Amino acid sequence: MKTVKDVCRHVRSKNAGPYWVTFDLFFDGPENFAKYSQSPALGADLMHRLFGASPDQVKRFAVPSLNVVKISYARTSPQGGEIERDMHCGQQFARLLDVQLD
Amino acid sequence: MSPGPINIIVPTGSLGSGAVEEEVRLGVARGAHAIATDAGSTDSGAAYLALGMSKNNRGSVKRDLTILMRAGAEAGIPLIVGTSGQAGGDKNLDWTRDIVIEVARELGISPRIALLYSEQDKAILKAKNAAGKITPLAPLGALDDATIDACDHIVAAMGPEPYMAALRDGADIILGGRTTDTAVIASFALLHGAPEGAAWHAGKVSECGAQCAVYRNRGSGVLISISQDGFEVSPLSTDNRCDPDSVSAHMLYENSDPFRLVEPGGVLDVTDAVYTPVDDRTVKVTGSVWEPRPYTMKLEGAAGGRFQTLMLIGIQDPDVLCRIDEFHDSMLAGLYERARKSVGPEAGDFHISLRMYGWNAVSGDKPPAGTPAPREIGVLFVATADTQEAATQIAKACNAYFFHWPISMDKELPSYGFAFTPADVERGQVYEFKLNHVVHVDDPMELVRTVWIDLRAAEAA
Repeated sequence: MKTVKDVCRHVRSKNAGPYWVTFDLFFDGPENFAKYSQSPALGADLMHRLFGASPDQVKRFAVPSLNVVKISYARTSPQGGEIERDMHCGQQFARLLDVQLD
Repeated sequence: MSPGPINIIVPTGSLGSGAVEEEVRLGVARGAHAIATDAGSTDSGAAYLALGMSKNNRGSVKRDLTILMRAGAEAGIPLIVGTSGQAGGDKNLDWTRDIVIEVARELGISPRIALLYSEQDKAILKAKNAAGKITPLAPLGALDDATIDACDHIVAAMGPEPYMAALRDGADIILGGRTTDTAVIASFALLHGAPEGAAWHAGKVSECGAQCAVYRNRGSGVLISISQDGFEVSPLSTDNRCDPDSVSAHMLYENSDPFRLVEPGGVLDVTDAVYTPVDDRTVKVTGSVWEPRPYTMKLEGAAGGRFQTLMLIGIQDPDVLCRIDEFHDSMLAGLYERARKSVGPEAGDFHISLRMYGWNAVSGDKPPAGTPAPREIGVLFVATADTQEAATQIAKACNAYFFHWPISMDKELPSYGFAFTPADVERGQVYEFKLNHVVHVDDPMELVRTVWIDLRAAEAA
């Protein structure tokens, strides 16, 4: 049973403008990228479960030249608003690390 | 300008973040035709647009401008700055203008300065909206007049055209209001006939300066060199290098789509871009495509909302630490009750949150059962209310409860670690972006005002 942190050399999160959050999963090589880049475990449902994102506001891209999977979702609360805890969303990646891929 | 590659120094990721004089000198020696940098973005939130305030301090911005204006004047090449003063509103731009004039006097130079204003008049935007010329971007919906009225300042992100016009009219220095980072850097090359795909992609890759290099902590700037078949990028610091991965990976940064970037007047598509090392420091990029589209400008509007007052305590009591979630919930309920009773209806519809730093402050989620207790936590109290006075009254009402809330009733009341006195800190307003829309224009200059300051003429007068 592999988790995201087992097969990625780096995982990061960042705001992409004020309304979107984006994750970059840098897989540790082409083998794990090929095996997991289309994994249903990294689908819109995951963003909904972990972040309350609306599944139809989730984008996902595979970038084979970099062994990267990019996932983005529309924020559910305004950047910098009354309940903000992570303005740049730079710590949101932590919740992805233990996601089980198979 | 002689035919051949168009060379542009991008000295830093953002004006005021630390341009390096030696790097700029090196870029000039390598044949730079222009210096271009942005000076801000939306990244740090809505306060800078709502307040017309810079994020970078005045001293840092002046320091960078001094380096860049001196280099530009000595080499006889233009200095192009976009999104002045962090947010690119009129106040942000005027703040930057005053520093530029001060630096020009100190350096004894007399540049022609073009100021490109892109803050928008609400009445014009309402008319545009009524005419169906404003459309929403996900996740927001259609715009209404009340939202326009709610904004303190609204800017429209410019494309390269106002910069190209100012360069054509002889600007030595251009200070832009809100502009896409990419357009600021691409403008000079586009004016001089560079292919659009290469010019826009070069702008995107270099927007954060040396961040597209292998070592992000070595040096500040990059040189881009745009020719008919693509562009090259290399760091200006001699102990750094670019490689195909470092350059291509920059397309991931702060974008929700790694292949397609929507800009005013088109889309940059890098799906088929090829990244090739030229030498051990330089990467060449080919295959970038520009797809023209009807011209749109992205709108950004910011407004101040309600007010917050903070308090902070540190807790090392092991009885609390092994029952943190229970402590959080019982204390929060106690604080709400206390605030309602003490302040009464005049507090309005207030909100209190407790953020347990060291436990779950960032996510607010309950950690999995069995998560070991930390050695200490910091608890941040945040009261939000319609006025600063109400938020502070709520904090003051909660002070003793926050200080002494027990985990067990059978022991004497604890006292947690307040860090300062007075314990409550007025944080001011909460600032939010209100718009995520584009306005459709027939002419890229339609919503832009250009103002000239000619220091040469001012001296002669």
